[in-house]
Amino acid sequence: MQVTLTVNGTSHTLDVPENTLLVDVLREHLELTGTHVGCDTSQCGACTVHLDGRSVKSCTVLAAQADGAAVTTIEGIGTPDALHPMQAAFRECHALQCGFCTPGMIMSAIDLVNSSDALDRKIVREGLEGNICRCTGYHHIVDAVLMAAGQMKA
Amino acid sequence: MASTAHAAGHGIGASVRRKEDRRFITGQGRYTDDINQPGQVYAVFVRSPYARARIDSIDVSEALRIPGVLAVLTGKDMQADGLGDLPCGWMVKQKDGSDMVSAPHPPLAHTQVNYVGEPYALVIATTQAAARQGMEVVATEFTELHAVVDPVQATQSEDIHDGVVANLAFDWELGDREATEAALAAAAHVTRLDLTNNRLIPNAIEPRAAIGVYDAAGGDHTLYTTSQNPHLERLVLSAFVKVAPEHKLRVVAPDVGGGFGSKIFIYAEETAVLWAARRVGRPVKWRADRSESFLADAHGRDHVTHAELGIDADGRFVALKVETTANLGAYLSTFGSSVPTYLYGTLLAGQYRTPNIHVEVKGVYTNTAPVDAYRGAGRPEATYVVERVVETAARELGRDPAELRRANMIRPQDFPYATPVALTYDIGDYEASLDKALALIDYAGFPERRRASEAAGRRRGIGFACYIEACGLAPSKLAIELGAGVGLYECGEIRVNPTGSVTVFTGVHSHGQSHETTFAQIVADRFGIGLDDVEVVHGDTGRIEFGLGTYGSRSLVVGGSALMVAADKVIAKGRRIAAHMMEGAIDDVSFEDGNFVLRDSNRSLSFGEVAFAAYVPANYPEDLEPGLSEKAFYDPKNFTYPAGTHIAEVEVDPETGVTRLVNFVAVDDFGTLINPLVVHGQVHGGLAQGAGQALMEQGIYDEYGQLQTGSYMDYCMPRADDLPDWVVDTTVTPCTHNPLGAKGCGEAGAIGSPAAIMNAVTDAVGRNDISMPATPEKLWRALSGQ
Repeated sequence: MQVTLTVNGTSHTLDVPENTLLVDVLREHLELTGTHVGCDTSQCGACTVHLDGRSVKSCTVLAAQADGAAVTTIEGIGTPDALHPMQAAFRECHALQCGFCTPGMIMSAIDLVNSSDALDRKIVREGLEGNICRCTGYHHIVDAVLMAAGQMKA
Repeated sequence: MASTAHAAGHGIGASVRRKEDRRFITGQGRYTDDINQPGQVYAVFVRSPYARARIDSIDVSEALRIPGVLAVLTGKDMQADGLGDLPCGWMVKQKDGSDMVSAPHPPLAHTQVNYVGEPYALVIATTQAAARQGMEVVATEFTELHAVVDPVQATQSEDIHDGVVANLAFDWELGDREATEAALAAAAHVTRLDLTNNRLIPNAIEPRAAIGVYDAAGGDHTLYTTSQNPHLERLVLSAFVKVAPEHKLRVVAPDVGGGFGSKIFIYAEETAVLWAARRVGRPVKWRADRSESFLADAHGRDHVTHAELGIDADGRFVALKVETTANLGAYLSTFGSSVPTYLYGTLLAGQYRTPNIHVEVKGVYTNTAPVDAYRGAGRPEATYVVERVVETAARELGRDPAELRRANMIRPQDFPYATPVALTYDIGDYEASLDKALALIDYAGFPERRRASEAAGRRRGIGFACYIEACGLAPSKLAIELGAGVGLYECGEIRVNPTGSVTVFTGVHSHGQSHETTFAQIVADRFGIGLDDVEVVHGDTGRIEFGLGTYGSRSLVVGGSALMVAADKVIAKGRRIAAHMMEGAIDDVSFEDGNFVLRDSNRSLSFGEVAFAAYVPANYPEDLEPGLSEKAFYDPKNFTYPAGTHIAEVEVDPETGVTRLVNFVAVDDFGTLINPLVVHGQVHGGLAQGAGQALMEQGIYDEYGQLQTGSYMDYCMPRADDLPDWVVDTTVTPCTHNPLGAKGCGEAGAIGSPAAIMNAVTDAVGRNDISMPATPEKLWRALSGQ
């Protein structure tokens, strides 16, 4: 089937089997390998991207469901020279180690900040419970999200 | 040390923000599954549905009819091609002096499968989907056999492997049994405790993956793989499995998404895709599903232990006797035999002057996934035994647990301290860490906090762990005498480029540890140059001479030390060049703050000027080779001994059994810190894994050997809202025998925290017989008497 989706501001029309997942479109067809696959039960969150501005686990979205939608991946929010405040805060707070969960964690965190009126450590922890990190013990991630929130809301 | 790096804020001891982060936070990391090769095809493994079964026949005809399927390769095919078994890298001697009994471990099973998920064939196809379809229609006839699952029953069960009597791989001991038993018999008090150390499944978030590539023209093999130690992988695949000769095999471990031990080992799948690439003449790629990670990554821990601690009338520990059954799984994994022996029994002195210690460990085969090193590897198990039994003794004796520990600690004046279990600790100040931790948790305020919790209907408990660990396994000669199959040195090379920038090659591998930053800090500090002028290269046997990889908190203490030695060689050669250029004597040239300075003159040359001269040798010593590139193989003289105090405080809700970890303090002595922010991150991560072990995680097999916890729906991973903010601090006694004074920090969090948390939980509920993980169900039953 044919799907048309806008990914990081660029429109793509692709011919893919009906059962193709959004994450496979991103990784295999568009070579946007910053979005990762860490599990097969929609639990780990490494594949989190934004679909029309809200975070989704792209392993659980069919490409067909994204037809006509705008998708933003980790590659679309900032560059090494012009980081998104959340990316910059993750680096500043040492909120990543191996980096594998990081793109999904950043995409979830941005949506969390955008969709919350006020954040504290408890709310951030609850808001990120759909993203598993095995390296950091989460403490520095919470620091980073609150730091970025201050900048994003300013 | 050069002060330029310090002045710029990136020297040793500075919390530099990481160089590697720029690619990870922008999605530019390059993990194995992000790599694709021209003409690549896909492998899916066919795995055993049974814990123990004979393979009677495999019919691949239907699989081969699936469009896109190119080949189905079986264990028999692999055997016919002359590939060898996966070796265990450490030959443990049993207590009667005989060698351990190592059952053959073929990469692909060919006659019998011995755990659920064991691979016995692989399907190669042009798409992942076709390979999966093919896998589903491989028709295998099995005869199911009785599965041996319970490690304690294993010695009375059917033999899993021919030639392994009573499923016993080894019966190993350490220490003086007679003296220990005599001291226990004479002790004023003996505390007895039965403990289990729960089976854990490592769960690095990046699943294992591999791409095998074969270039027929040159006979060259390349393996891209999620490895913590690519050179070891190359060595084993060439020397033992014989997939390819060492000089014709390049192993690349690119960005790797966490390991925690599980990516040390030489596995079936990586071996098979490399072999398959040659068989089908195309690059072959495999990526594990998470289900495969659960089934077929090596698991961790899984001990059953009885411990007895003898104490005299003055409260001094006089003897510790430990009997452990260690579940090794169906086969001995790469380091499976060393973890419950040399990395466990040797640590049972803990921080204490216990004069008599004896440990006996029975390593048994079961029909479960192989068990090997997982973060801490033997040392968390040892700490759990020592610290649970000490805390229990304090309760039985009515002593304050902190003070009973303090009274028995090895004191600063006792170092170097030879334990009764083979180690010699070089240095430490255990009371300093204990005191700092007591202050940080406000120990004096605990009774009031407990009263407040009780008033709110909750049970509050506090628990300690004063742990020790041994890092940077060493020296090579001793380890090889004890059965290690490889050396334990590390290789580092510093290549100073003509323009004065520096490329550093290290044989250790970073998969989260931050070496690209911290190793650059060390070299920048030593040479007085900018952090951005140093590039750290790791993870590629094609670029790095040799290495033994990252495990056991060895990277900094062994790999970093190798770089210090190489840096000294660079400076020594630089002084010769500089002396010639400045027309002075070598002994009159010193290296200060990034400059070669001639004594009693106003002459000096920058590091860059000397580097340039080394490559454009016009004004140059006649008897000196051009170039400025030096390497070192650093073999440590001893282990390093990080130690510290962890204190946990929990609240248990008796209505639900839910435990909340409310306070956690870790004070660790890692010796010299290179980057405190990175150290804190390492500790946090270890603590989270320790908290997971204590409260949430357990790999469970049913009586038929089926894994009940094979997904994130069933295996309880710690998430952000399960964990507290960690309070982390350090004390410093620099290691006495390596050039950095560093001790290693990667595993401490996972070593101390399970015992601290379980001591707190058992304090809260007033019972010592709660096993890990302390789930709500267990605690609710314990508190409600159900």
